Amino acid sequence: MSDSIGEVKAQKVTLEGEFELECGQSFNDIELVYETYGALNTDATNAILICHALSGNHHAAGKYENEEKPGWWDSLIGPGKAVDTNKFFVVCPNNIGGCHGSLGPSSINHDTGDYYGPDFPIITVRDWVNSQAKLSDSLGIEKWHAVMGGSLGGMQALEWSYLFPKRIKKAGIIAAAPKLSAQNIAFNEVARQAILNDPDFEGGRYLDKSKYPKQGLKLARMVGHITYLSEEAMRSKFGRELKKEKLNFGYDAEFEIESYLRYQGDVFSESFDANTYLLMTKILDYFDPASNFEGKLVNAFESIEAQLLVVSFSTDWRFAPERSKEIVNALIEAKKNVSYLEIDSPHGHDSFLFANEDYVKGLSAFLEN
Amino acid sequence: MNTIEVIKNWIDKESQVLDLGCGDGEILNILSKEWGSTVLGVEINQDDINKCIQSGLNVIHQNIDEGLENFSDNSFDIVIMSQTIQVLKEPKKALQEVTRIGNESIVTIPNFGYWTTRINLLLSGKMPVTGTLPSAWHDTDNIHLCTIKDFENLCSECEIDVIEKCFFNKFGKESLLAKVAPNLFATTAMYKISK
Repeated sequence: MSDSIGEVKAQKVTLEGEFELECGQSFNDIELVYETYGALNTDATNAILICHALSGNHHAAGKYENEEKPGWWDSLIGPGKAVDTNKFFVVCPNNIGGCHGSLGPSSINHDTGDYYGPDFPIITVRDWVNSQAKLSDSLGIEKWHAVMGGSLGGMQALEWSYLFPKRIKKAGIIAAAPKLSAQNIAFNEVARQAILNDPDFEGGRYLDKSKYPKQGLKLARMVGHITYLSEEAMRSKFGRELKKEKLNFGYDAEFEIESYLRYQGDVFSESFDANTYLLMTKILDYFDPASNFEGKLVNAFESIEAQLLVVSFSTDWRFAPERSKEIVNALIEAKKNVSYLEIDSPHGHDSFLFANEDYVKGLSAFLEN
Repeated sequence: MNTIEVIKNWIDKESQVLDLGCGDGEILNILSKEWGSTVLGVEINQDDINKCIQSGLNVIHQNIDEGLENFSDNSFDIVIMSQTIQVLKEPKKALQEVTRIGNESIVTIPNFGYWTTRINLLLSGKMPVTGTLPSAWHDTDNIHLCTIKDFENLCSECEIDVIEKCFFNKFGKESLLAKVAPNLFATTAMYKISK
């Protein structure tokens, strides 16, 4: 029934023309890498745009040649899966500012011939959505059947619904929030401080100096990773298990959870760009659609025409169900077509990555109704 | 007429309808398709929610017992609460909320005063198990059962007006007996109320 999509390859496109950013700066051309799965139908009505989260990229499903690890949403995208590639043409770009091939801080600035590094402008969710709209044009997709994503990806799907109401039929807003709380921003700030204060950060010009703030990025990821897991999941997976039989009265990784976090931090810091990480946390912090409407989310949603599905997870404390309900309640008040699902799942914020049965059923019902 | 026909009779076409405890969306589906209603359901059962979504209905996963504050005053033309009030922890509060959110509301209850229920209790000395109330006392979701008289008393206590009422027999149809002596011969009662 559910199967893998098999081997996939990334594609690259240059979206030509001036691209203005919310901050006032602009790019001349923007380069985006993306992947597609399934086939676009003749009238281009079966396309689904997948938006990735903070540390995600365009590799959402399938496997690269000679690689074992599938894309980050492979559990949900594929033949017979929640996002059924037998029925839909699925597109997932790496957002600008990213570090996996799209224009970002580790790209060369053609004006100077150097890496952008810290000079890369602070972009926003709106900038992303605008760049994704340009990608839609280049792919010949006038209207998406659905735009969806989890966490920061869900915020992009939400932004799509009021920014381009005519270009989107459905929006899947999963494990998201209408804006970050003080606590959310606090965690992001700890992550940023870890990176900014790494001596190898070099004011963001580490690439020019052949250095890399690995320790800072590792710490940032470790603190972030804690917020993605639930207390329950951490307890059942690691408890207070020791790596060795006895305490050794030292500062090495003794508990399994310490060793797990260090490992996760190491792996991540070897495959991600520190400037991109800083940028991503800032994009999250800035997201606040109600801010242009005197804090009234309901007014921000006025233009929405799409059918929306909001999904939250019981043990998610990063963007708890209450945060999703803020979105839902504003949509109800604005008299929009909204459905809301609260899924019972032990995996905390990361739940949106797992193929929980109720979640899969809800998603496919929404996409296929 | 059956319950859905009466509901259609009681509400204008193209009304905005909220169904609290909408189940698999049976009523909303009909109202949306045949009556042009703009509909929203509230449900707690995951399978039912997915059935609603499958039918293209808007549905919110929410526990009515935990409050309905997210729905503002008079935000719907009609609020339906069908066969739901008896499973709630605070039926009185729910009734007040229903009439706050809807300009008008339609509430359906199972009638515990139905004659077989009465005889069942009288003769067996045990909590009645009937076609409408099929579970044993310890296993039932129906924790706040009432009779037609009880419900009407609660409405007047809450200063809620009964605009229309309709009584159904065990086949879900209106009948002469159910009309003449509803508290004895109706298994189900449906009210259109407002505050």
